[in-house]
Amino acid sequence: MTAKTILSRPVYGTLSPQPGKHHLFIADAEGAAAILDMANSAPAGFFADAHIMFVPGATGTKYVEPLKKLQPAQFYEGPSIASALPRLRQTLATAHMGLRVYLSGTEGLIGQAMQAALEAGIDHTSIQTEQRGSLARRVQCVHCKGITENVTTQPATCSHCGLLLLVRDHYSRRIAAFQGVCINAEDPTENPPKEEIFR
Amino acid sequence: MSAGTSKIDVTVTDIVPVNELVKRFHFRRTDGAILPTFSGGAHVVVEMRDDDRTRLNPYSLMSSPLDTTDYTISVRRDDVGRGGSLFMHNRVKPGQRMVISNPVNLFSLDLRARKHLMIAGGIGITPFMAQTSQLAGEGGNFELHYTCRSEALGTYADVLQARYGRRIHLYHDDRDEKLPLEKLLSSQPLGTHLYICGPAGMIDWVRRTASEAGWPSETVHYEHFAAPQPGKPFDVTLAVSGKQIRVGEQQSLLEAIEAAGVDPPYLCRGGVCGQCETNVVSYDGKFLHNDHWLSEEEHRSGCKIMPCVSRFEGKSLVLER
Repeated sequence: MTAKTILSRPVYGTLSPQPGKHHLFIADAEGAAAILDMANSAPAGFFADAHIMFVPGATGTKYVEPLKKLQPAQFYEGPSIASALPRLRQTLATAHMGLRVYLSGTEGLIGQAMQAALEAGIDHTSIQTEQRGSLARRVQCVHCKGITENVTTQPATCSHCGLLLLVRDHYSRRIAAFQGVCINAEDPTENPPKEEIFR
Repeated sequence: MSAGTSKIDVTVTDIVPVNELVKRFHFRRTDGAILPTFSGGAHVVVEMRDDDRTRLNPYSLMSSPLDTTDYTISVRRDDVGRGGSLFMHNRVKPGQRMVISNPVNLFSLDLRARKHLMIAGGIGITPFMAQTSQLAGEGGNFELHYTCRSEALGTYADVLQARYGRRIHLYHDDRDEKLPLEKLLSSQPLGTHLYICGPAGMIDWVRRTASEAGWPSETVHYEHFAAPQPGKPFDVTLAVSGKQIRVGEQQSLLEAIEAAGVDPPYLCRGGVCGQCETNVVSYDGKFLHNDHWLSEEEHRSGCKIMPCVSRFEGKSLVLER
């Protein structure tokens, strides 16, 4: 469970069926389990108007068949979040009001899918989210602006400029990333040990 | 006392009959300066000094927010109301000096929207006059659906059609033309926001239909000023100021509190903004809640009342004022 530390730090809920004409689910890895759990309380026929986009990641084939058994109108399986995003943007570009969005899985998936939804004009408060699986973070280096995916340590090395970054809870919905700030700017020889805390 | 707003001295520069029920009033600042900036959907509270009583009624500004040399409001005559609209229609003359509040907007456009879908009923068209002017000036994407009783009572329908052509859709009750609401709501692009102003029944219908069709509440905006209803006189004790007051048949509770020299905060005087929310210390009787601010639970609790529009019947009522 994530806790609210500062105002921008996202907190996630539990997926629940919303009134709507169409339902778009985007999930990665253990996020599939959130959809399956929600399905237990969904009204009959709910998934007949649903589109599930799923990136299995390390979960392999574990969740693919159970998700297909929900009989969504459309099911898409993608090799990575990055590969799924253009399809998501295309889906949103032609969608109508009455579409509800459900995001589940890692913060990286939730953040990037929400970013695409915000760009399509959806209010973030109307999006259902549930965090499952890895707590790895997407981090933007405030110095070079490069984004490093799957950050699990504190501090972390920027994959672009190589600075050692303090990963803050300060989060940007617009760029779907936490903020990373150089931790040893005064004395670059200072080298605090890395601890794996975002697992 | 209106929260955070000061008063503006204005002069009535023109009064234009629009149709058999509606008159338009133009105000300029008496000191000749320009009026404060406002955004589409804002209202002003107009003070009506009618012999020994003062009415304060909210009216949506309908002139363009791009031009603040004057403000205009349109007032629909209500022959069975408490007399505010009749005062405006019968007693206000060109050249007359009046006092209005600064504009306050409780029905503003959400400018993040990709498209603005507006639904108006009757005199509920007035805030959309200002909103459409604002959006047209910015190249905004909007569509207005307007239901009215007849062509003759379709206030400003002709003006809107001349300005915006096919963006304006009219539905006349006397021709049995119905707003195809479900079809309309299901065909809007993602990122559309919905705005509703009109009779309470229409607002409820559109909100309910939109909610069932999956429109998130963040995308649905509405405004309905409840006019204070007349009712049986009742007595109230103001616990903080230690005063006993009587609320007259044609008076609102807020007006009676003000007449006793106590100034609760207010903005809309129509049961929507929440400013005048008042705690109930004790009561023996029945509340007649008419506001859109408190939740049903709060209405049932007997702990709060909105004195601008709500009344009371019973033995005793003590308020924290």
